[in-house]
Amino acid sequence: MTQPAEFYQRNRSLHPPALTPGYKTSVARSPRYSLIALGNSVSEITGPVFGQNDIDPGDNDLLTNYARPGEAPIGERIILHGRVLDENARPVPNTLVELWQANAGGRYRHKKDTYLAPIDPNFGGCGRTLTDANGYYAFRTVKPGAYPWRNMVNDWRPAHVHLSVFGSGFVQRLITQCYFQGDPLIPLCPIVQTIPDPDAIEQLIALLDMNATIPLDTIAYRFDIVLRGRRSTLFENRPEGN
Amino acid sequence: MAQTLSYLKETASQTAGPYVHIGLAPGAAGFDIYKQELGWDIAGPNAQGERIRVEGRVIDGMGAPIKDVMLEIWQANADGHYAHPEGGGPVEDGFRGWGRVITDFETGEWGFDTVKPGRTPGRDGRQQAPHLNLWIVARGINVGLNTRMYFDDEAAANARDPVLNLIEWEHRRATLIATRSEAGGTVVYRFDIRLQGDDETVFFDV
Repeated sequence: MTQPAEFYQRNRSLHPPALTPGYKTSVARSPRYSLIALGNSVSEITGPVFGQNDIDPGDNDLLTNYARPGEAPIGERIILHGRVLDENARPVPNTLVELWQANAGGRYRHKKDTYLAPIDPNFGGCGRTLTDANGYYAFRTVKPGAYPWRNMVNDWRPAHVHLSVFGSGFVQRLITQCYFQGDPLIPLCPIVQTIPDPDAIEQLIALLDMNATIPLDTIAYRFDIVLRGRRSTLFENRPEGN
Repeated sequence: MAQTLSYLKETASQTAGPYVHIGLAPGAAGFDIYKQELGWDIAGPNAQGERIRVEGRVIDGMGAPIKDVMLEIWQANADGHYAHPEGGGPVEDGFRGWGRVITDFETGEWGFDTVKPGRTPGRDGRQQAPHLNLWIVARGINVGLNTRMYFDDEAAANARDPVLNLIEWEHRRATLIATRSEAGGTVVYRFDIRLQGDDETVFFDV
């Protein structure tokens, strides 16, 4: 029986801890006992595989995927693009990236969102795509607006896009949020500040990318995503050797 | 100058938030956008093995069910093979082994239909007991929580499972074992997940 090559241990100091009282909902939704460390078996190193049949090519264009014919959402037109890499800086190809966000006014198309800013009839707010052979992905959307939330009396989320990424193993599964360069709400946000490492916060901020901007059409932001790397099988304790 | 390691650092996790459904289950958010939503059919029509239903709730530290949670399931087929190039062997056409489940917004109840998985090899070559791998995200959960669900009618296999036996506190192993019942010809396993407090579910750093 060969040992599967494991994923690198997750560096939990780069991630938010479970209990972050400034983000109030975490208080009752955080385990009190320690996580049990688990080496990887086939259950951990495998994960779902998606193909082009699972999605439509237009699913990554939020300017058109919910708009009425001939109409478009209101807001700042942006391309959000980047690469999905692993910790070894290798591209993660053919992996599913899903995205969701509020509209330009900070309103979500969700029956539980009651913020008084209006719904945009031409904007759904979700998209999905598969990375290409180089790990590259791109979405077209509008830049989301900030919105208030019931945490402290006057808390506002910075403009952000939620991103969900798979990788090749189920233990690479990641959901995160991407912020936008220069937003003064970023340092004030209790959810951003759940992350203890300032460099890890910087890594969540998409950068204005003039080189990818389409003149007279759409401005661009760049956001690269890093998933856990996986080690080779060198020096694994395998009876048959490497 | 000292050498430096050139590894990249993993992107930090953030909560999925209360509107996770918009991206990952838009029908539940209240709108119809995609030709097909992903994750609703775990085993597919051709999967061999026993058809089962799994139901439960996710309960917070105050004892209240969480009504905006999303779970993902990753499992082997009845032969113990995952639908992945390194998954151990072939699977039936249409068997993905991955599913996505959201709770009822009013009751917090969730459920899904699948097949009971077979045994898979553990890292030391010992067979693992049949299990589902679960990943839980929600508002208030900063990093997705990994756990496993085992089956109470697999007592002998569970007793020798290399992962359950990692858990030093023997009484906590019971938090990972679902309870079987049958109703109207349907086999149902009940699995409540307690995030915090008495009978807190075991979560793994995988």
